[in-house]
Amino acid sequence: MSTVNHKVAHHFRDHDHEYEASKQGIWLFMCTEILMFGAILVGYFVYQSLYPEAWFEGAELLDWKKGAANTVVLLTSSLTMALAIFYIRSGKRQAAIWNLVVTLVCGFIFMGIKYVEYTHKFDVGLFPGDISGYANAVSPDLNMYIGFYYMLTGLHGLHVLIGMGLIAWILVRIIKGHYGPDHWTGVEGVGIFWHLVDLVWIYLFPILYLV
Amino acid sequence: MGSNGQHHLMSFKTHMVVIAALFFLTVVTVWVAQFDFGAFNIVIALGVATVKALLVLAYFMHLKWDSMMNRVLLGSSFFFLGLLALFLFLDIYTRVDPRA
Repeated sequence: MSTVNHKVAHHFRDHDHEYEASKQGIWLFMCTEILMFGAILVGYFVYQSLYPEAWFEGAELLDWKKGAANTVVLLTSSLTMALAIFYIRSGKRQAAIWNLVVTLVCGFIFMGIKYVEYTHKFDVGLFPGDISGYANAVSPDLNMYIGFYYMLTGLHGLHVLIGMGLIAWILVRIIKGHYGPDHWTGVEGVGIFWHLVDLVWIYLFPILYLV
Repeated sequence: MGSNGQHHLMSFKTHMVVIAALFFLTVVTVWVAQFDFGAFNIVIALGVATVKALLVLAYFMHLKWDSMMNRVLLGSSFFFLGLLALFLFLDIYTRVDPRA
């Protein structure tokens, strides 16, 4: 077991006080994330109820197999993220590092599949806000669905990228020995953020690809 | 909670059980989408997604062992999201049809 040299900020009573306050801050941040994604989803459902044909046509354009593959990738990354916290708390630094590396690799795989999906849509003329190059459109409102698709998956993809950056940062700090069984606040915070990104995808996958 | 430094550490086995359940529910999500239940399609899809979300929240995000405060915080965001959905749909469907 390694002990880390962490100095509690002076306005906290003790380390536990600091840990709980930091975590509460992350949860508050998660609330704002849920409200942001949630508001777009509510808009999505309103327009789906107004233009069901466009939504049906749009969902047919997506490849559910790629969406399902990305679901498995993100769920796996959530497991390795949780395991990284488990191992850092158990004092097994090396195992924590490898789990974070796998999490990061999963992030790259997710973005890779997303890249293939996006380029395929660009190739057939489906761009965000402009689908005039797409010859097979039946519904005059298809543009609306495609717009929501890019907005939701784009904002989510941005979160994946930011999450990957945070994981890389936490990885460096673990290698430097900043975290251990008696101090893992940063790892826990990044973990909660990464799991929320997974959580959003858990909803996006059936809503966009399947229904 | 408290300042005694005691935090619950979830076992490796529990991690494995949770991920197995999440993979299983992903298969259920895809499988159930093959059938047409009409208006209930979306209800079933969101239901399965919510079970998965609760598993992630409770176990991977350790909310099961977290403070009541953090749970209420999270719950409040879903409550306000519900309010938004409720009044938005009420507004849309008590107006003149915007498509007309």
